Amino acid sequence: MSMPFYVSPEQVMADKAEFARKGIGRGKSSITLEYAGGIAVMAENPSSLSKIGEIYDRIAFAGVGKFSEFDQLRKIGVRFADIRGYQYSRDDVRARALANAYSQAIGDAFTRELKPLEVEVIVAEVGDPELVGHEKSEIYRVLFDGSISDHSRFCVIGGSEEELTGYLQTNYQVDLPLGDALRLGRNALQRAADGQATVPPENLEVCLLEKARVGRKFRRLNVEELREHLGA
Amino acid sequence: MEIPGFGTYRGASFFELLRVDHPQLAIDWSQAGNRQPVSVPHGTTVLAFKYAEGVIVAGDRLATEGHRVASRDIQKVYATDDHSMIAIAGAAGPAIEMARVMRIELEHYEKIEGQPLELDGKANKLAQMIRANLPAAMQGLVVVPLFAGYDLRRKQGRIWKFDVTGGRYEEADFEATGSGGLYARESLKKSHRSSATRQEALEMAVQALTDAADEDRATGGIDTLRGIFPTVICCSEPGIEQAEEDELRSVYEALVERRRARGGSSS
Repeated sequence: MSMPFYVSPEQVMADKAEFARKGIGRGKSSITLEYAGGIAVMAENPSSLSKIGEIYDRIAFAGVGKFSEFDQLRKIGVRFADIRGYQYSRDDVRARALANAYSQAIGDAFTRELKPLEVEVIVAEVGDPELVGHEKSEIYRVLFDGSISDHSRFCVIGGSEEELTGYLQTNYQVDLPLGDALRLGRNALQRAADGQATVPPENLEVCLLEKARVGRKFRRLNVEELREHLGA
Repeated sequence: MEIPGFGTYRGASFFELLRVDHPQLAIDWSQAGNRQPVSVPHGTTVLAFKYAEGVIVAGDRLATEGHRVASRDIQKVYATDDHSMIAIAGAAGPAIEMARVMRIELEHYEKIEGQPLELDGKANKLAQMIRANLPAAMQGLVVVPLFAGYDLRRKQGRIWKFDVTGGRYEEADFEATGSGGLYARESLKKSHRSSATRQEALEMAVQALTDAADEDRATGGIDTLRGIFPTVICCSEPGIEQAEEDELRSVYEALVERRRARGGSSS
C-alpha cells in the first residue's frame, strides 16, 4: 500500500475554496433587493434555465454558480418547505430555518467531499405586516463553504459581488417604487465584470415577492411586464 | 453529486416524497391491523356540473357519525389550485387529508418543475392517491371525491368521478356523490343546462342541494337560522371564485318563495 502525500488541512481548504470561487466567478451575478412593495430578485440570465425559484408562500430562492448544483439545492428547498408546511402550518415555514439547513448541507459537502459545491445561494423571505412575528423581510446568503450571513435592504451573490455591493451601497434608497428598484438592479448588473455592459430585458430574469398578494406571493415577471416597469 | 442530509427522493411528487422520505407522516393503513370498521364522521352530498363559463362544484356542510350530527359546518369543497377543485364525500378525516395533500401536490409539482400539471395530469394523480387509500377503504374509510376544473388548453370545464380502486371516469355534464348524491343527481337531471349563466348555475346548485337535503337525512340543507350555507365554488378561465353567502341566501329565498307560491311542500 502506498502512503498518500501529506497535505496540511489549511492547504486542502484553501485549494477547495479557490476551486469553488473560480467556478462561481465564471457565472453571472444575482441581486436581491427590498423595494416598497416587497422583494425583487434579479439575475442576468439569457437562458431559459431559471436561477430564481419559488420555495414557499413568502420565500424565494436564487443561486449562482454551477446550474445542476444550485438547482438541486432549490428542489431540496421546495421539499424542505413543503414538508414543514404540511407537518406544522404554512406560517411555520421560515427562511431562516431553510438557510440554516442549506448552510449545514453545503458546509458538510465542503469539508467531506473532494469537490466542494460551486454555488452561492440566497433565501429571501418577504415580511407580512399583518402577521405577528413575521413583519420584517429577511435575506440570507449562504456561500460555497456553508458560511451564512443575513442582510437587509439588498444582497449580491456571484463573481462580481464586491463591485455590485459597492454600487448598491452608494445608490440604494429605502422604499423605492418597483420601477426604480428594477432599474437600479439592472444598472448594477451592467457593472458586473462578468456580465454584459448593457443588459436588455430579454436577458434579465426577475421574480418578485409581493407583499400585497394573498397566499403565494412569488411572481415571475415576463419580458413585456419587465419592459414596462423598466420604461425601456 | 449527492447533497447530504436531505433524504433520497428526487421526483416531483409530494405524495411520494411523504412515503419515501417521511413515512412517519404518511399513514400506512395496511399496517392498521384492526379489521373492524371504525366509526368516524362522514361527509354527505357534493355535486359538480358544467355551466357556460366553466364548472361549478358545491357541497353541503353537514358531517354525520352514524345517526348523529358530527359537525354542521365542515367544508367539503376545496380549491386545489387556481383552476381546479376537489369535493370530498366519505370518511371526513381521510378525505380532508386527501384534499390537503392534493393541494400541496399540485403546488409542489409546479414549483419543482417550473410549470403546472395539465388538468388530465391532476385528475390522474388524484386517482393514484385514491388507489393508495384502498387498504383504508377496505376498513370502511372510503374516500370517493369529485374532481373538477377548467382546462385552459381545451377552454372548457371538466369533471371526474372516482371509485375506491382509483377508477377515474370523466363526466360529460354533471355528477353528484355521497349519501344524498342520488337525489342531487335526479334534481340536476331535470334542471341542468350546460349553457346556463353563473346566476342560473347557482340556482341549479342550491336547488339540487336543497332537494338532496329534503330526501336524505344525512345531508344538511341551508340553515338560515344559524347562517350556514353550502360551499359553492365556480371555476372559469380567470380562475376560482367562491360564491358569497348573501348571493346564496337570495338564491335560496327565491327558491323557497317559488315553491311556496306553487303551493307545494316547500323545503
